Amino acid sequence: MGKQKWALYWAASCGGCEIAVLDVNEKILDIAAAADIVLWPCAMDFKYDDVRAMADRSIDVCLFNGAIRSSEQEEIARLLRAKSRVMVAFGSCACTGGIPGLANLTTKDEILDRVYIEAQSVVGNGHPVFPQPHTRVAEGDLELPVLYEEVSKLSQVIPVDYYLPGCPPTPDLIMTAVNAIATGQLPPPGAVIAGEKTLCDVCPRVKQEKKITRIYRPHQIIPEPQKCLLEQGLICCGPATREGCGAQCIQANMPCRGCFGPPAGVIDQGAKLVSAVASIYEGDTPESVAAMLEEIVDPAGTFYRYGMADSLLKRKRVGTAGK
Amino acid sequence: MSFEPRIIGILCNWCSYTGADLAGTSRMKYAPNVRIVRVMCSGRVDPTFVLKAFQQGADGVLIGGCHPGDCHYSTGNYKTARRIPLLKKMLDQLGIEDGRVRLEWVSASEGDRFQALANEMTEQVRALGPFRPAAPSKPAAMEVAALAAG
Ligand code: SF4
Ligand code: SF4
Ligand code: SF4
Ligand code: FES
Repeated sequence: MGKQKWALYWAASCGGCEIAVLDVNEKILDIAAAADIVLWPCAMDFKYDDVRAMADRSIDVCLFNGAIRSSEQEEIARLLRAKSRVMVAFGSCACTGGIPGLANLTTKDEILDRVYIEAQSVVGNGHPVFPQPHTRVAEGDLELPVLYEEVSKLSQVIPVDYYLPGCPPTPDLIMTAVNAIATGQLPPPGAVIAGEKTLCDVCPRVKQEKKITRIYRPHQIIPEPQKCLLEQGLICCGPATREGCGAQCIQANMPCRGCFGPPAGVIDQGAKLVSAVASIYEGDTPESVAAMLEEIVDPAGTFYRYGMADSLLKRKRVGTAGK
Repeated sequence: MSFEPRIIGILCNWCSYTGADLAGTSRMKYAPNVRIVRVMCSGRVDPTFVLKAFQQGADGVLIGGCHPGDCHYSTGNYKTARRIPLLKKMLDQLGIEDGRVRLEWVSASEGDRFQALANEMTEQVRALGPFRPAAPSKPAAMEVAALAAG
């Protein structure tokens, strides 16, 4: 069997998913044996034009990490979709918007103001300078990608065949995906390459009746190593997070932050977490409800930490109040 | 053109729905803007329902349950009394005004209370104006469908 052609791409991402590919250690040799890389901007020098020159569907697999929030990212996502037979959303940013998706809790203008006017490092620079899509200089016209109003997950821009969740995906799951692709034993299209159930279903911690009287932030207590973290008052996203990571954070005595996204059957991870956390908080008086609201400082940022772009409302509503 | 708010009322079978029914059988007149969905208990109201209502075009959501202490299943409404305020704190971060979501207790005998609530909330939401889900920055969806078909 001839070698497969693979492309790896990063859009709105932190680079961690690129490192994750290398984290498979010596198995990287298996990948090299199975595939010729035709595009990998983080690691190798290819040009977009090389890809444009290729025939449609001539790339076997594209591993695409990062969310979509600029015109360049959208353009390359569409290009790679056309050229690739199999498109894999690689990592939380591509699957559900990930950390960049939190930008949907604010607006593009607020972000630009913060970065180009208010940031300590630019204050006092004289007049603010904003990046422009087109700039004319003596040598000719310069172009920059346009920043979009909101962050999208990959499947909101192009059709995606498989999802490999995690921030970043674990080496085990990466190799599961790589082996499936290399041997042609692919799961049904649309599959998420992870578990189906919730993290709680497979969590090794001792679970009793869930009742909490106070919510703590992770820096406020050192939790007991055996007992369910949610029962100790830490917001653990296990009840509304897909299993598959091997409970990594839990093993490190840290609550799950939800990076694997919602499990099968859950439409909105944040809404499910609101439900789960509020139901186990003890106290039926208005005072105890007020205390709970005070203790959960940032519900949207906590419950949609990786899933804002994937949520039912997708983003903060702006400028629509009134008639 | 006048704006008629669309409000989804999610009411528990044992108290609020019966209260709304009483308003009807007593021929009380109230704003027709509240479209009622019956659930067995207000504790069944998954916060997802509220988000889904907005996503599908509702302008407001009214959740009704039994008065504290009266829930047919004893504690369902206490859970609701924690879930909805937490949901509302989150909705506030998402730019959704306070008056668009209300949790109210209505007993089976309080037809007049339901009438007043339906009227009051309709006016409240009318004043807020139509709810529009955030428009996407690019009309990507249609092209995606085209690609998928091709
Ligand atoms: S999923 Fe996590 S590791 Fe991967 S690019 Fe996004 S933020 Fe980075
Ligand atoms: S809430 Fe967290 S610690 Fe508790 S069982 Fe679920 S995953 Fe484990
Ligand atoms: S425990 Fe939660 S946050 Fe940590 S890796 Fe697993 S899914 Fe992600
Ligand atoms: S039955 Fe009415 S709130 Fe539970």
